[in-house]
Amino acid sequence: CCCCNEVGCKPGADGDDSLYPIAVLIDELRNEDVQLRLNSIKKLSTIALALGVERTRTELLPFLTDTIYDEDEVLLALAEQLGNFTMLVGGPEYVHCLLPPLESLATVEETVVRDKAVESLRKISQEHSPVDLEVHFEPLVKRLASGDWFTSRTSACGLFSVCYPRVSSTVKAEIRQHFRTLCSDDTPMVRRAAASKLGEFAKVLELDYVKSDIISLFTALASDEQDSVRLLAVEACVSIATLLPQEDLESLVMPTLRQAAEDKSWRVRYMVADKFSETFVSLQISLCFNCIHSVLTIWLSDLCLLCPVSEQELVSDTNQHVKSALASVIMGLSTILGKDNTIEHLLPLFLAQLKDECPEVRLNIISNLDCVNEVIGIRQLSQSLLPAIVELAEDAKWRVRLAIIEYMPLLAGQLGVEFFDEKLNTLCMAWLIDHVYAIREAATCNLMKLVEKFGAEWAQNTIVPKVLGMANDPNYLHRMTTLFCINALSEACGQDITTKQMLPVVLKMSNDQVANVRFNVAKSLQKIGPVLDSNALQTEVKPVLEKLATDTDMDVKYFAQEAISDANVEQRLVQQAAFIFPADQTCCSLAGSQDRSEQRNTVVSITACNLMNSRIACTNPSQTVSFPNFFQPDLHAPVHSLFSAATQIEFDQTNE
Amino acid sequence: MHGVSSNSTPPPTQLNKIKYSGGPQLVKKERRHSSSRFSLTKNRELQKLPALKDSPLVEQEELFLQKLRQCCVLFDFVSDPLSDLKYKEVKRAGLNEMVEYISHNSEVVTESIYPEAVLMFSVNLFRTLPPSSNPTGAEFDPEEDEPTLEAAWPHLQLVYEFFLRFLESVDFQPNVAKKHIDQKFVMSLLELFDSEDPRERDFLKTILHRIYGKFLGLRAYIRRQINNIFYRFIYETEHHNGIAELLEILGSIINGFALPLKEEHKMFLIRVLLPLHKVKSLSVYHPQLAYCAVQFLEKDSSLTEPVIMGLLKFWPKTHSPKEVMFLNELEEILDVIEPSEFVKVQEPLFRQLAKCVSSPHFQVAERALYYWNNEYIMSLISDNAAKILPIMFPALYKNSKSHWNKTIHGLIYNALKLFMEMNQKLFDDCTQHYKAEKQKEKHKLKQREESWLKIQDLAKQNPQVPPCPPKLHVSSPLIMWSVSGPLSQGLKDLKKDKVLMRRKSELPQDVYTIKALEAHKRAEEYLTANQEAL
Repeated sequence: CCCCNEVGCKPGADGDDSLYPIAVLIDELRNEDVQLRLNSIKKLSTIALALGVERTRTELLPFLTDTIYDEDEVLLALAEQLGNFTMLVGGPEYVHCLLPPLESLATVEETVVRDKAVESLRKISQEHSPVDLEVHFEPLVKRLASGDWFTSRTSACGLFSVCYPRVSSTVKAEIRQHFRTLCSDDTPMVRRAAASKLGEFAKVLELDYVKSDIISLFTALASDEQDSVRLLAVEACVSIATLLPQEDLESLVMPTLRQAAEDKSWRVRYMVADKFSETFVSLQISLCFNCIHSVLTIWLSDLCLLCPVSEQELVSDTNQHVKSALASVIMGLSTILGKDNTIEHLLPLFLAQLKDECPEVRLNIISNLDCVNEVIGIRQLSQSLLPAIVELAEDAKWRVRLAIIEYMPLLAGQLGVEFFDEKLNTLCMAWLIDHVYAIREAATCNLMKLVEKFGAEWAQNTIVPKVLGMANDPNYLHRMTTLFCINALSEACGQDITTKQMLPVVLKMSNDQVANVRFNVAKSLQKIGPVLDSNALQTEVKPVLEKLATDTDMDVKYFAQEAISDANVEQRLVQQAAFIFPADQTCCSLAGSQDRSEQRNTVVSITACNLMNSRIACTNPSQTVSFPNFFQPDLHAPVHSLFSAATQIEFDQTNE
Repeated sequence: MHGVSSNSTPPPTQLNKIKYSGGPQLVKKERRHSSSRFSLTKNRELQKLPALKDSPLVEQEELFLQKLRQCCVLFDFVSDPLSDLKYKEVKRAGLNEMVEYISHNSEVVTESIYPEAVLMFSVNLFRTLPPSSNPTGAEFDPEEDEPTLEAAWPHLQLVYEFFLRFLESVDFQPNVAKKHIDQKFVMSLLELFDSEDPRERDFLKTILHRIYGKFLGLRAYIRRQINNIFYRFIYETEHHNGIAELLEILGSIINGFALPLKEEHKMFLIRVLLPLHKVKSLSVYHPQLAYCAVQFLEKDSSLTEPVIMGLLKFWPKTHSPKEVMFLNELEEILDVIEPSEFVKVQEPLFRQLAKCVSSPHFQVAERALYYWNNEYIMSLISDNAAKILPIMFPALYKNSKSHWNKTIHGLIYNALKLFMEMNQKLFDDCTQHYKAEKQKEKHKLKQREESWLKIQDLAKQNPQVPPCPPKLHVSSPLIMWSVSGPLSQGLKDLKKDKVLMRRKSELPQDVYTIKALEAHKRAEEYLTANQEAL
């Protein structure tokens, strides 16, 4: 799809070495493999450096501008690269050369590409001189703003605020005019884009224009026919309110805000509720007492909706979504209002909401408990909390159950171990046999977090027996849950519990009649191996794995072999460690240590070295560039610093 | 995949998207009905009015109006389903009676009925829809989650039915109605298409189809607004419940397009229908979308090239089930392709197919290899073997031994055999060429690496390397390629704040929902073509 431009360079064009970089790029961009094209685009800066600034301007950029027809993935990378290209085209003086390709990218269909192009344009706008901004940048914004296709007009919306502050007053007037036009565009997509930038644009405008232009646009957008536009206008309200002097707020902003708070679409009211604390804070600072009062009056009328006893009629279903938004912000209020006010005014509301029929409302209260905990302590709520939690835990919607499980560790931490054992433990165990896998999985993970919180001893007394009991369940899914729990818990529970209590159960399950259970036994053994002591590993685990490796089922065989080879490698590495540091006392004792976690540290470091070796293309790891060569300076240093160096390398490897 | 009827009508949208899989069923403790509304009417004590058929002819119009006004009273079905039972029954019976009355009598739709009928419809139905199931938790999954049904359905169903009969009445005059059924009305109607209740969308679909048919003045507006919905769906939210129904209506509209196609309609194909392939919930509306695309091509074969190029542009990279849908649609297109058009797209097309037959996902590879059972496609390949064989051969040859799935081996063997029978000489050349290329491969890789190293050297020599140079990619390209992550990750990461979580699992289904959906009777099974006014 990409043909040569007037530069006329062909890949491999002989003789002229100077055309070389572009020729390579052209060739690469022709490749069928997108991944390859993507990688070439990501190395654009290298090509620009090879070309030098002048040829980057005269050859590379025109080529890129002409050939922007690739997949969105490639275009995204290109849009991002160009935002960092200023120095590569010769600095701020020439930065405007980057505008043509970014302009085309800002008009493509895919939102992600467009947004990235706009982001890059905003970035390089800062590097334009005021003159260049007027000569090159502003015309581009104008072209985009009057484009035929909505995508270019949408992109334009994000560019007004970055060029406005540094242009002459005539150009400023034009920019304001363009923004006005886009706010009344006939497609809702553009109006939404304009509405979402309204607050940002207001911030760079002179106060007089905020009052004359922005307020009228705000009012118009806030009464748009589409609620998706109206709610974005509400969002802008927060920044507009901070810009205006107090005396103007009542007349300019409040009528629209009140209207939004009573909008017929719950989405708009939801947004008002969502922005509640933000608006509240900004108004509190900037408003006189009178205004605060009037704001509160509006809010109180909506807050009334929260209280099912007060106005039964108002609690119709629509309000549930607004209610649930309010539920999430109302908790935040407690930090603003302080302890006494919270207990007096908010506590009754919390308690009422915990009994709300809508699970979202209850969830929102529970998920924000930490705010309240800081102010008044969770005990005030615990009596009402429990029934709410129990009911959510048994909700028919699995997503609701999932949400409450995820808050469990937080709740457990705040309510304390006693309360937990007494009231919540049974719930946590019941989730393990939920009929939805996602719940069982989350429940497993929950147990692990609880053990981390309450300690191994607690685990041994309360949950381990129950988990292990499930190994005899007639349902194989429940038996597998035992294995998954063991995988998750072994590390937190430590060597003793794992070896003495969990391991025998796992080993016994290797005779299960369901193949899925058997191969999960293999996986579990592999997983808990590092926690076990080497004696148990050799005498108990290995024979079982070897037996599984001859299983009739293909998958069981596969995972058993995986586990065996994993164990072998580890074994060998431990020996290797002893071999490499024969002279080092610490290391020898580590390698021979019965403490598996210390052995493992050694193994980790050596694995890192081996990875390093294989990376430098050494084909035979056994004859590898030996460990010390790699860490010459550290050779005689204490072993622990070696560990940290090696671990760091492994870390880098993982991140690469 | 092909529609039940012939190609003359769009495939109807499934009412129950989740196929009942025999999994566990349960009756939910708490039926989470749609909670759309409603600001209840204060005074809900309805008086039972005399029956229309028993009253004197002269009084019937006034009585009809009274009944329409009565039905503007709204009841609570959600927080207290048992409230106002007596008055709810009055409204239900009244609606029922009016449905009968308007369908079996002529000359009852008089001029004074129009404003009241439209008002009654608007009051009952136009509302802001609730958010999908759980706004704070995981995202509603249109492919898997059970829809939340509309609680007020016993009344809403009759309101919809009445309005449909009203539109279809022999006395109905669009010229009189257009004062009331205007752009604002259509806009509100379109907003309801996002309803989660499939029964509601089914009615909406038929009603909008009728309005499009009867109100020529609204047609352009309707098309424009539907486009806006699609743009928002594709580029902003990726969430809308009614895409399949809207496409079904559009299918019937496209069906009636006059020839030659207007530029506006062609733009619609390129700018809306093709990008719709990109959205992740494609499976929900794919049959309707594919129908629309094929309709366009049957009308105007010159659109084949942009359509196929569009499909190739949006070809899924990591989503195998979607890839299978693309292969289905592509085969439907190839079934109607003109040989002259085929030649224009064959090379990029078969490069993609070569990737598909090599797919590690066996369903993708299998679906692509089924093309070799299609006689028309085989004849097209045979006519252009010189171009196509060299593209397909390496993929087939390589996977004939190495693909993990045995079924694929058989299919590939079959495909290679067909190629061999097509042109033995060409086949042998390809084999030779493949082996030669294989030899050169390593050399090429090395060359590429060297060219990049050379560029890097050039870059390092740059005297103008800025004081704080941008990061040079010094690692060898070889390594970079081998560590490349899954493609599209970049795009996904950027969109991830939209996606909270997706899990697929076999969910127990609510018996009530299954039954309610099964009980729904469609007003019309297939939408007929809306002829374009010339």
